[in-house]
Amino acid sequence: MKKSFKILAVVLALVLVGTVFAACGKKTEKEPESKSNTETALKTVTNGKLTMATESTFPPYEYMEGKDIVGIDVEIAQLIAKKLGLELVVVDTEFKSIIPGVQSGKYDMGMAGMTVDADRLKDADFSSSYAKGVQVVIVKDGGAVNSIDDIKGKKIGVQEATTGDIYASDDFGEDAVIRYENGAVAIEALKSGKVDCVIIDKEPAKSFVAANEGLKILDTSYADEDYAICFKKGNTELKTAVDKALVELINEGEVKKIIDKYIPA
Amino acid sequence: MQYLSIMADFTVFLEKLNHVFIEKDRYKQMLIGLLNTFKITAGALVVGVIIGVIIAAVRTSYDKNKESMALNKGFGYYALSIINSFCKFYLTIIRGTPVVVQLMICYFIIFANARDGIPVAIFAFGINSGAYVAEIFRAGIMSIDNGQFEAGRSLGFNYLQTMKSIIIPQMFKAVLPTLCNEFIALLKETSVAGYVGVVDITKAGNTIAGRTYNYFIPLLTVALIYLIMVMILTKLVGRLERRLRKSDR
Repeated sequence: MKKSFKILAVVLALVLVGTVFAACGKKTEKEPESKSNTETALKTVTNGKLTMATESTFPPYEYMEGKDIVGIDVEIAQLIAKKLGLELVVVDTEFKSIIPGVQSGKYDMGMAGMTVDADRLKDADFSSSYAKGVQVVIVKDGGAVNSIDDIKGKKIGVQEATTGDIYASDDFGEDAVIRYENGAVAIEALKSGKVDCVIIDKEPAKSFVAANEGLKILDTSYADEDYAICFKKGNTELKTAVDKALVELINEGEVKKIIDKYIPA
Repeated sequence: MQYLSIMADFTVFLEKLNHVFIEKDRYKQMLIGLLNTFKITAGALVVGVIIGVIIAAVRTSYDKNKESMALNKGFGYYALSIINSFCKFYLTIIRGTPVVVQLMICYFIIFANARDGIPVAIFAFGINSGAYVAEIFRAGIMSIDNGQFEAGRSLGFNYLQTMKSIIIPQMFKAVLPTLCNEFIALLKETSVAGYVGVVDITKAGNTIAGRTYNYFIPLLTVALIYLIMVMILTKLVGRLERRLRKSDR
């Protein structure tokens, strides 16, 4: 028995030491990066390319059409890349992996109908907002939830790590929230009565309700928010460049044109 | 200097630890996850062993007795062959599909009306583990020398008595390491329970990582917890093995 405790102690010590060294490693890595600021060309993950991470089950902001990812975010990113003279590469990943991926330098930026909030600002920098998002509540016809006030004490389905998840966990407690891999699974759970409502962004919600009979969106929205592009914390150079391009696009009316194309008023 | 910077990094690490586990009582989710992992594993273990024993009994009885029973082709012969083919069918389906898929099918199709994911997970992992345990037990029974059977029968024991007093005790000792393997695999397989909205230890770690955008600490913590659980399990089985070996002398 004593021996196994010793092994355990060694393992724990190794993990601790590993963590400290990893933290050290990060610090030293940062320095050469800031030196490269003097270069004129934009430094990206792959030279000449702008790598964007997204999660493709979020229509109409991003969704699969055939083998391509299309949608509002992708089209805006395309225009930004063009302005910066870079080639856009879109990578599909899980929503919750986008910020860690951007942080660890896998992707240049994340664009996935992502809302700026206090928790996220600790780990990522955000561009200006390019679209308004609304969190709505999807319920079953004739179900237990008929207004926002009914939600308390009921089971809420969400897509893991989305703002819907964060707000609902804060408002109604961890126990009330059941987290699914993506919105479609949460809707399936709502249909079979495993949860009483699903809190999710309005535009995908519309697509889900249109595709499934017996579901409806509550008239009152749950929360309003602003979508923005996320960057690695401290990557001001890229952030400033993208932000400048984005603001230009907004002023030129290009962004509105794209949004209107996907979301008919 | 180096020492100071390590100290500074250590403070940063402690701050991160605080952010990841202490703020908003996030460690409570890990505890809930740990409890649920326990519940699912223990439940599935019981279900798995029960299913495994029944199926192994059917399959070996059929294999050992089919020749003698085929002579007079009574009701027992036909009943046993039907149950035997059913068991084979079950083994094929369960071993031929991934456990995540089985779990999702249980959650969304078979028990579409169930609200709580934990009993569904126990059921799904139980029937999955049962298939593997059945084969382990069958291999154990088949590995016992036929002379042991013959000795039992010539002493006047019938088939069931021979099984119970002579074969099973020897078989159990032989399969214990493999069985322990299966239990370890089961414990780790439950990490996919998050797919059906159950908060197990992996899901809890994932949720915390998703909320704090820090994967480093939660993932390593989750790995460490599994490692400790497996070490304890191995220890317990090792102790049982040693106790059973006493009868060898």
